[in-house]
Amino acid sequence: MKQPPTDHAAARTVVVELVVAVITFSFGALVVYGSAQLGASWGADGPQSGYFPFYIGLLICISSAGIFVPALLKLKSDRSVFVTTGQLKRVMVILLPTTAYAVGVQWIGIYVSSAVFVALFMKFLGKYSWLRSVVVGSTVSISAFVLFELWFKIPLPKGPFERMIGY
Amino acid sequence: MRIQRILTCSAVAFAATLAGPATAWEPTKTVEFIIPAGTGGGADQMARFTQGVVAKYNLMKQSIVPINKSGGAGAEGFLDVKASKGDAHKIIITLSNLFTTPLATGVPFNWKDLTPVAMLALDNFVLWVNAEDPYKSPTEYIAAAKKAGPNQFKMAGTGSKQEDQIITVAIEKATGVKFTYVPFKGGGEVATQLVGKHVNSTVNNPIEAVAQWRAGKLRPLCVFDGNRMPYKDKVTDTLSWNDIPTCKEAGIPVEYTMLRGIFMPAGVPQDVVDFYVELFKKVRATPDWRKLMADGAFNQTFMAGKEYVDWVAKAEILHRDLMKEAGFLAKK
Amino acid sequence: MEELNALFQGFSVALTPFNVGLMLLGVTLGVIIGVLPGLGGANGVAILLPLTFTMPPTSAIIMLSSIYWGALFGGAITSILFNIPGEPWSVATTFDGYPMAQQGRAGEAMTGAFTSSFVGALVAVSLFTFIAPLIASFALQFGPPEFFSVYLLTFSSFVGTGKGNPFKIIASMMVGFALAAVGIDIVTGQLRLTFGFTELLSGFNFLVAVIGLFGIGEILLSMEEGLSFSGHGAGINPRIVLQTWAKLPRYWATSIRSCIIGVWMGIIPGGATPASFLSYGVARKMSRDGAKFGSGQLEGVVAPETAAHAAGTSALLPMIMLGIPGSPTAAVLLGGLLIWGLQPGPLLFVEQKDFVWGLIASMYLGNIAGLIVVMTAVPLFAAILRIPFPIIAPVIVVISAIGAYTVKNNILDVWMMVVFGVIGYVFKKLGYPLAPMVLALVLGDAAESSFRQSMLISQGDLRVFFSNWLVGGITGLSLFMLLWPQISAGLARLRTPAPAPR
Repeated sequence: MKQPPTDHAAARTVVVELVVAVITFSFGALVVYGSAQLGASWGADGPQSGYFPFYIGLLICISSAGIFVPALLKLKSDRSVFVTTGQLKRVMVILLPTTAYAVGVQWIGIYVSSAVFVALFMKFLGKYSWLRSVVVGSTVSISAFVLFELWFKIPLPKGPFERMIGY
Repeated sequence: MRIQRILTCSAVAFAATLAGPATAWEPTKTVEFIIPAGTGGGADQMARFTQGVVAKYNLMKQSIVPINKSGGAGAEGFLDVKASKGDAHKIIITLSNLFTTPLATGVPFNWKDLTPVAMLALDNFVLWVNAEDPYKSPTEYIAAAKKAGPNQFKMAGTGSKQEDQIITVAIEKATGVKFTYVPFKGGGEVATQLVGKHVNSTVNNPIEAVAQWRAGKLRPLCVFDGNRMPYKDKVTDTLSWNDIPTCKEAGIPVEYTMLRGIFMPAGVPQDVVDFYVELFKKVRATPDWRKLMADGAFNQTFMAGKEYVDWVAKAEILHRDLMKEAGFLAKK
Repeated sequence: MEELNALFQGFSVALTPFNVGLMLLGVTLGVIIGVLPGLGGANGVAILLPLTFTMPPTSAIIMLSSIYWGALFGGAITSILFNIPGEPWSVATTFDGYPMAQQGRAGEAMTGAFTSSFVGALVAVSLFTFIAPLIASFALQFGPPEFFSVYLLTFSSFVGTGKGNPFKIIASMMVGFALAAVGIDIVTGQLRLTFGFTELLSGFNFLVAVIGLFGIGEILLSMEEGLSFSGHGAGINPRIVLQTWAKLPRYWATSIRSCIIGVWMGIIPGGATPASFLSYGVARKMSRDGAKFGSGQLEGVVAPETAAHAAGTSALLPMIMLGIPGSPTAAVLLGGLLIWGLQPGPLLFVEQKDFVWGLIASMYLGNIAGLIVVMTAVPLFAAILRIPFPIIAPVIVVISAIGAYTVKNNILDVWMMVVFGVIGYVFKKLGYPLAPMVLALVLGDAAESSFRQSMLISQGDLRVFFSNWLVGGITGLSLFMLLWPQISAGLARLRTPAPAPR
């Protein structure tokens, strides 16, 4: 991996490995718990609702442990880098706006959020002019609107703006 | 969500004031038609059929858009309508899962959270066996199932703790026989399992099995309605729907039909409900609709207003009793 | 030949200018629907169904089935270009199609995908024409134990070939199974693993997971490396099409195998999605280059695409002959038949000759039309790759979000997509394989319910999976597949000259 000199390790692979193993283990435990509540035995006419999920959860726990233990042993020695600060920053640059976009879809509808999302992304990451960004952003939204709302008659999430124009 | 709801309410109120009290209400935008079942099923067909008929005969200025929300045995669709209080542009078609899903799963919704609009029809259920099997009457079949011993005969049906299984349990209660109920995903699949002799009988809706009946693969034994089906046109060379006896007259005292009805969100004004009642009356008057009813051997009862509400209330009690007896109620 | 006469009669029905116009319209719409993730053939057909009320039934089915062919072709496009499967059955196409695009071979991958789709369809339609009644009766043989053995076969074709940490493979697959189990349990009607959240009662949709894991995950990975998709932007010209066509005959064995798998899975009916996975898994085990699958092998695109299209096409057969839908799209078409006043079933061939043969003829024509439409559009699709990253990346996010929403009309799925995107990014960097998770998500539910249905029928007796030649044969074949790596290694040892005997 090429790393500019100013780039520091944001997280070591081993650490992430441990964290993920803990998360999958908890997930497995949750599945085991939920299945046990449903009934996880082999009834008179075959397995009950929780039978398969119970063992699936158990297997998740076992394999998580199988990943956790070796990683723990390498905790000191293994210095390999999962992600550097520079990389993490770049990932966040798209992940955070995408999350904000998902919030927007819920509150102001998908069309307005899409236009804003595309336009801002172009402006601030692509360094395009405002005019160009806004034109592309609205084109994407309007084509989606024509395609889904008008042609295919599939209502997508809408917000106050769409209601104002009668949809 | 709350903000959206308030905005919708005010938009509706705004539209209403514009229209004025003298003229009747009409939809001002596309009407969403929620289907609490997957694409291709009976409810889906009926909703899309309605959409087509409304468009073909121009029964409404705005169009209808069917949306499938089938998750959680239809709970997803009902919860959506429950949450859309006051939305005059949303209607939902029901199956029996309006009653069975909340009872079996404990998901919090009830028909009282919705505004009943109208009953479109009642769907029939018929007891089918493979045509190569020797049983000519329901009593012969039940006797054979009894003789074979408990759990030896298999009944296939759509879904679990829903209408097909409820009927199966009702037959068991009425006759003392014990079936093994095997749930499948859709009615077509159920009929095929019977043609392939993987199970012994089904309680398919007429429309799900009629093709196999005409081809001589399946045999209807009796219908679970109170009266015989009224359709006298020949379906096979010799028989019509009307020739099938009711289960009651054939010795199995079980009656069951499934509601195909329309509901909408709570908190809508009466003139909105009236509009949809009139709309569906117009839909039912078209020749296309009458043909669909005859093809699917539906019970064409229509109800609206108080009569419909009373019917639904009674049906809910019936389902609760049947499911309680069968032990299908969700653990609290 | 009686069938040929009937077929020519069918062509004369299908080849009116009106019907050809509808066919082209349908195919084009279908390709658009196929490209958009989340929006499937079933939606497309359902949306246009009410428009067909005023048409004669033959024209109506020609238009609607053409949408289906278009969607079958179109699903591959975004799979190859952006790692986002446009349709469920093109998930397996991403495994080798996307790496090819990264190497600048998007044109080759798309040509290969479209051509093999066409071959798969052609084989399926020919069978349809000549031995329809014979193969339709095959579908009746399949009860729950047989279905379970087929799912087992699909799983075992995938297992045992993965490289890397076995714990990670198991964890990934089991997480897939666990997610598939969430929601209503069809066998008992109980809610499972929803922990009282009504949001969870419809479960996790695999398409949403895939859009997140593959599509959004890939964007995050690309961002990490800088503002670009690697290797993209290579030019395309007509020569690539010809060069690819010259290469394709080399994969005749895979092609035949995939056709058989596809037609078989379509008829029973198992569906196009399992068919594409099974075909990819089998090709990887059987091919000489199997070890290189996943790194951009043309053969790895040919296998799933051929099978998916063959399965999608032959899925119409049980629908027409028996009235059972072989795929969600077929289910909607079935509803269409009823609405137009036709009864699907064994008598349709006798009573509605014009309709059936018109449909069969249109299956040939529709697929040819589809191939022409998508092939001429290959340069256009490839040109998408030249759009700069800061424009295309947010647009992909928008399309993915719309796709995730339209799968079930649920806003929560947009959130799920983002979460799966992060999971995809982290898992990929840590070396957890994603394919087993996706496979488990697709088939987990179906496999479990067919197993439990079998147990209900046999009253808990496991021997039901060996109770007749059919189910026993498939179960045996799956066990053979499971052990294939060991067997082939053994064979290889036998073949290499043994060290000089003592």
